[in-house]
Amino acid sequence: MQVTINIVVLGSLYCLICCGYVLIYRASRVLNLAHGEIMSLGAYFLFTVAVSFGPQPVISFILAVVMSLVLGLVIYQFLMKFMVGEAAFAAVLVTIAMGILLRGLTTLIWTSQDWYPLQYLGIENASHTLMGGAVVSTFGLVAIFSFVVLYAALFTGFKYTRWGLRMRAVGENPLFASQRGIKLHRYYAVSWALASFSAGAAGMIQACDSGLNPGMFHIGLKAFPVVVVAGLDSLAGVIPAAFIVALVEILAINYLSPQASEVAPFVVLLGMLLIRPWGLFGTKEELERV
Amino acid sequence: MAFASGYYKTNYFEDLCLIETRSRYICFFLLIAAVVFFPLVASAFLIDLAVQVFLALIGAVALMLLTGYAGQISLGHAGLVAAGAFTTAILFKEMNAPFLVTLPASGLMGAILGLIFGLPSLRLKGLYLALSTLSLHFIVIYLGAEYETQRGFATGILVDPPQIGPLIIEDARLWYYLLLIIDFLVIVFALNLVRSKTGRAWMAIRGRDVAAEAFGIKVARYKLIAFVLSSVLTSITGCLFAYYRGFVSVEAFSLFMTMEFIAMICIGGLGSILGAVMGTIFIVILPYLIDASVDLLSVPARLSTYMFAVKYSSFGLIMIIFLVLEPGGLVGIWQRLRDYFLLWPFKYKAVGR
Repeated sequence: MQVTINIVVLGSLYCLICCGYVLIYRASRVLNLAHGEIMSLGAYFLFTVAVSFGPQPVISFILAVVMSLVLGLVIYQFLMKFMVGEAAFAAVLVTIAMGILLRGLTTLIWTSQDWYPLQYLGIENASHTLMGGAVVSTFGLVAIFSFVVLYAALFTGFKYTRWGLRMRAVGENPLFASQRGIKLHRYYAVSWALASFSAGAAGMIQACDSGLNPGMFHIGLKAFPVVVVAGLDSLAGVIPAAFIVALVEILAINYLSPQASEVAPFVVLLGMLLIRPWGLFGTKEELERV
Repeated sequence: MAFASGYYKTNYFEDLCLIETRSRYICFFLLIAAVVFFPLVASAFLIDLAVQVFLALIGAVALMLLTGYAGQISLGHAGLVAAGAFTTAILFKEMNAPFLVTLPASGLMGAILGLIFGLPSLRLKGLYLALSTLSLHFIVIYLGAEYETQRGFATGILVDPPQIGPLIIEDARLWYYLLLIIDFLVIVFALNLVRSKTGRAWMAIRGRDVAAEAFGIKVARYKLIAFVLSSVLTSITGCLFAYYRGFVSVEAFSLFMTMEFIAMICIGGLGSILGAVMGTIFIVILPYLIDASVDLLSVPARLSTYMFAVKYSSFGLIMIIFLVLEPGGLVGIWQRLRDYFLLWPFKYKAVGR
């Protein structure tokens, strides 16, 4: 029972992180290798806000979330905008460089010390006992809850709103989309903002659950296999993929060693690339496009 | 290759020369003389710096062949260096193998890994390939860490200095000359390789793999050759790295090392061996440059704790600047400068550049 709960919590966290990869990739065919850094920045925003405003959890969370939304816009406006139309490889390299820069700046501003935003927020990370004796922390529940809310919002948004329709059009064929009067830059920027928002939220939850230090970006890297198993361009695929990877990882922790759990997702990734490179729900044509 | 005015190639021999004009010969011999006599005058610190450049250079050339010429992205370079270093360390610890055994063994390990992780490249392209090489990195590091913990070398594995015949290479000057010879061979090999059939096939694949296949190039074969060759060279770097440091531990081979290699070839200029050389020198020296400039500015001592972060972020910043503003890299700048002075006071614009 405890194993199941752990898998669900970890899987939800992966879902939160990975939707950012997919959003950016679907819109602009750029794989954002700085996602982990953006995620930890979100957590640091929460920490800063909590320190300066004192114990007001709701306001702190809202402010921090808005800040990470803005971060995504800023990154697009001042950096990634210049890489539109360049080779995908160059854009990916720019995101790598941006990741290094962001990591450096994070250490510069917040030092490489461990921080615990919770003690400034004035809330407790209580553990709840569920049926069957399984234990789950408050922020584990928050992770599950926000994953459900976020994905519901994204799916309805993509399906029923005008913005969602346009974003899908931009992802499908940027040339035709811009000829129909859709402003490409605006929708690319929105995809970056949404990705940064969801990654930031994931980072905040993770930081509240287990503290905060610059090593956190590693979780972003470990989320890669999820995206590949899902298929880089499939949002719906992320959900089963996240739980598969979480399952493998938790089993590796329980039955092999904690070290093995670091590498288990990548073994899954390699297996997926060998058997079905376009992922569970990705489109096969995608392989030819990159 | 040469752009000097009044120089015409009149026979095939001249076309095959790597060094074409007399002035280039003079420059070449001056360069050789400079690097040979450098350790006799330089301080221990400068020699160490040069050795670091030489070490990284092999890996950078290897990555340049794979990414810059064959157009295959790899994020597993640190993993390959680690594989070479661990092969060396394990052979040394378990069997007390000499240098002349561990070096080829590391190369062989690299070849095997290159073959295994080149295989996905037959089906995958671009980003997908980068991800599969990223998993190579994590798997190699995991295996290395497992070995360390299982055998009780939790902090790392100590490796004695290498011995070739009666000569024990421990002195920094000896290291300098050994690596100088190896680097010279690697660079000449790479320069000749990229203008041979293999190199031309790689560039065709880089340009457009479908078109290359239509021209009769066996894409799968040449991709695999690129992977294997690059991995062999990188693993040899790892072997030398292990001996030079005298210490092997997984912490040394982080993803940051891969990023450094990628930065070397990007900042140097993709698709040029000279670029790999320039980029390597730049990236290796950069942290020391920052240190020196901080010393000049006489920054208060309490801020020196931030130095690591400053180096880290300026590294990212410089990489971004080059990628966005100067995609040709240092080689692009160098060629523009050279063209400018070559024909000064006339304006000259190279065709197709």
